[in-house]
Amino acid sequence: MTRPGPDASRRGFFAKVLAIACGGLATAVPCGAGLFAFLDPLRRRGEASTFRPVADLAAIPDDGLPRQFSVIADRVDAWTGFAAEPIGAVYLRREKGSREVEALSATCPHAGCFVDLDKGSHCFRCPCHNSTFTLDGGIVDPSPSPRAMDALECRVGARGEVEVKWQRFRAGVADKVVQG
Amino acid sequence: MTPSRQGPFARLADFLDDRTGYRSLLHEALYERVPGGARWRYVWGSTLVFAFMTQVITGLFLWASYSPSAQTAWESVYFIQHEMAGGWLLRGIHHFMAQAMVVLLALHLLQVVIDGAYKAPREVNFWLGLVLMMLVLGMALTGYLLPWDQKGYWATIVATNLAGIVPFVGPSLQQLVIGGSEYGHHTLTRFFAIHAGFLPAALIVFLVVHLAVFRRHGLHAKQPITKPDGMFWPDQLLRDAVAMLAVMAVVLGVILVPALRAMLAGEVVVPGELGAELGAPADPSLPYAAARPEWYFLFLFQFLKVFEGWGATGEFVGAIVMPGLIMTVMVLMPIVGGWRLGHRFNVAFTLAVLAGAGLLTAMALNEDYYALWVNRAGLAEAETLFDQTGGDAEKLLVALGGDRAKASAIERQWTTVEKLRRSEAFLTAVKQAKTDAARAVELAGRPERIPPAGMLDLVRQDPLSQGPRIFAQHCGSCHAHVDPLAADAEAEIAASSAPNLHGFGGEGWVRGLLTPAEVAGPAYYGNTAHREGDMVSFVQNDLVDEATWPKADIDAVVAALVAESGQPVPSSIAPRVEHGRGLVAAEERCGGCHTFRDNGVALGTAPDLTGWGGRDWLVAIITDPSHERFYGDRNDRMPSFGMAAEGAVPPLSRKQIELVADWLRGEWYRPAVPRGRP
Repeated sequence: MTRPGPDASRRGFFAKVLAIACGGLATAVPCGAGLFAFLDPLRRRGEASTFRPVADLAAIPDDGLPRQFSVIADRVDAWTGFAAEPIGAVYLRREKGSREVEALSATCPHAGCFVDLDKGSHCFRCPCHNSTFTLDGGIVDPSPSPRAMDALECRVGARGEVEVKWQRFRAGVADKVVQG
Repeated sequence: MTPSRQGPFARLADFLDDRTGYRSLLHEALYERVPGGARWRYVWGSTLVFAFMTQVITGLFLWASYSPSAQTAWESVYFIQHEMAGGWLLRGIHHFMAQAMVVLLALHLLQVVIDGAYKAPREVNFWLGLVLMMLVLGMALTGYLLPWDQKGYWATIVATNLAGIVPFVGPSLQQLVIGGSEYGHHTLTRFFAIHAGFLPAALIVFLVVHLAVFRRHGLHAKQPITKPDGMFWPDQLLRDAVAMLAVMAVVLGVILVPALRAMLAGEVVVPGELGAELGAPADPSLPYAAARPEWYFLFLFQFLKVFEGWGATGEFVGAIVMPGLIMTVMVLMPIVGGWRLGHRFNVAFTLAVLAGAGLLTAMALNEDYYALWVNRAGLAEAETLFDQTGGDAEKLLVALGGDRAKASAIERQWTTVEKLRRSEAFLTAVKQAKTDAARAVELAGRPERIPPAGMLDLVRQDPLSQGPRIFAQHCGSCHAHVDPLAADAEAEIAASSAPNLHGFGGEGWVRGLLTPAEVAGPAYYGNTAHREGDMVSFVQNDLVDEATWPKADIDAVVAALVAESGQPVPSSIAPRVEHGRGLVAAEERCGGCHTFRDNGVALGTAPDLTGWGGRDWLVAIITDPSHERFYGDRNDRMPSFGMAAEGAVPPLSRKQIELVADWLRGEWYRPAVPRGRP
């Protein structure tokens, strides 16, 4: 084979660029279409948080001890609509004779596990990493959790219906930041 | 290795080469000699690799959103197609690239056979290629089911039943593929595993070996070689890349051209309507006359018809023996190719098989779409006679007054008429399938979304989907249901033997009933035993007396009855509802015969007008029209659809009756924003 002249090598370079361009473009189509669809969850917004009925005032004894209640709501999971389903849990408690109810999310602010109520030692304890909280949700040091349990807005209606503003917060950070 | 150049990138490249040896690998991959230079005819193999790669990429991304179970497969594909941004494009590429792959496969095979590239020493690679072909066809077959829509479901029923007639192992094979004896969750999980796991894994293994063996023997150059040798990179690869891009452009074109056309026509483009179709959810209880395999399997579908009348043997010969024989001849090609004239035989055989497949496909399409291009004018007489005689040759002879020559000419045309009718039935089924699919998509978009029981459950509870079917099956043999203003309404109403129920309970319907010229017509009691009944006589003799029945009073009765049925009362007569109720109840007016609320008239003389035309009233009359609340013993032919002797099952379930009632009343889900509107 003779040494290729400058013309041939220029043509060769042109062919290489064109080949890479064509092949790249052809491959970019499925990759691009796939990635675009894959990123779909980032374009979806979570539902706005609203007050949801959780319990009757009478169901929360006024002894200062938290009780666990389910938060019931209609839920949409991608294409499926669930009517009136438990979507999470809260701890409610009230002091002697008070009509005011305190609500704590049962989700651990550390890594999102379900915090248990340890009735024996009168505290909340997360079964995952042993984050411990006082009965009003305060942090007990040393704790893996960067913040106290998340208090939820709570209101009591005239007929004693207890409603909680159900929200999820970002786990693992010191500040209470609403998720979604 | 000493660094040949300086600079961070060059040094990094040197480092990597030292550790991996990528340069020599790349060199080996790219600098393959192409005898006689690069040519377009060598691109097919590369385009197939590209098509497969596209399927792997799009398939993995689809996998990320697909959920294989009987309650979620259709639903997740719906979500991909209609709700995920760009999902329609992703699915469209996967769907149409699969079809492109089958075409490329045929072209690659044809090129290999014509060029004689299958001959020694490349026999093994040819066989590997045949294995790859079967794997690709297997993926095409299994992928068709995954959306779990009517089309895929019924096509797969046929395919798996055909697998079941394989001697000895057939039934077990069928049961294994289906994951039991019934189609359900495990059919989907298995088909999905086969489609996205077993077959692609096998394909990759065989593809690697196929390419390795290809490299061992080098490219088979088409003789005569006239040009100097070239290199795979960049000469051939450029052509390959251009061909890949062209394939992708065609696939994108198939998806996007309808959008372009709609845009040019000024229509709104709904992205979910582009690309691959999604039929209505699979329903084992719903006949699906539009069932056809994907177009590239249509020739096999048609081939089975060649053996019509052979019984089970026909299926066995058509689906197993003949394809088996063709495959056997193909496997033997490298050996036959060594004989004198063997190569010519192979080329001729391949062309003949492809031509045969093409012909069968054309035949299948012609049978299905015949009604679209047949000249109906020339068949008019034959069609009329066919309908008159029910296709009976002896009756035809009588009808033609014994003209034997003409009778045999007409009879010959009847073959065409029958073909036309089959085609029409198919096209009607396709249209119905499209309507059902669109309705399912509409229902899936409800604010309440799809219930956990799945889309099929929702469709089965939808009056608009079920009502017309139940009506056609149980009510339509007597009752018409046609808009009186529609083109063919008159003939249809005249042919019915019970009132036309279109718009029942609405203003138009009630007004027609109270019109002397109409009440004894076929749209009301004209074709029933009540033609000479009290109601007809009342409308024709009493209502015409303007002294007792001024127009305002009739309007009031219309308003009261429409209000009773729960249909919208036109604002022009709405203020008369109360007055109308008084007239309906009054003894000297309607209350002479009809019970209405608390007017004290005993049941049994005429239908109860309390809640007339409302949901409960309708459900009750469909359940038992012979009840004293309705027609009692004067009931004319209408069966009691909800009644049965003890221990027996009534003709219609309570749910079915409710569906018909809701449909007649026009009560079904309507989207707030019609589909296709922004």
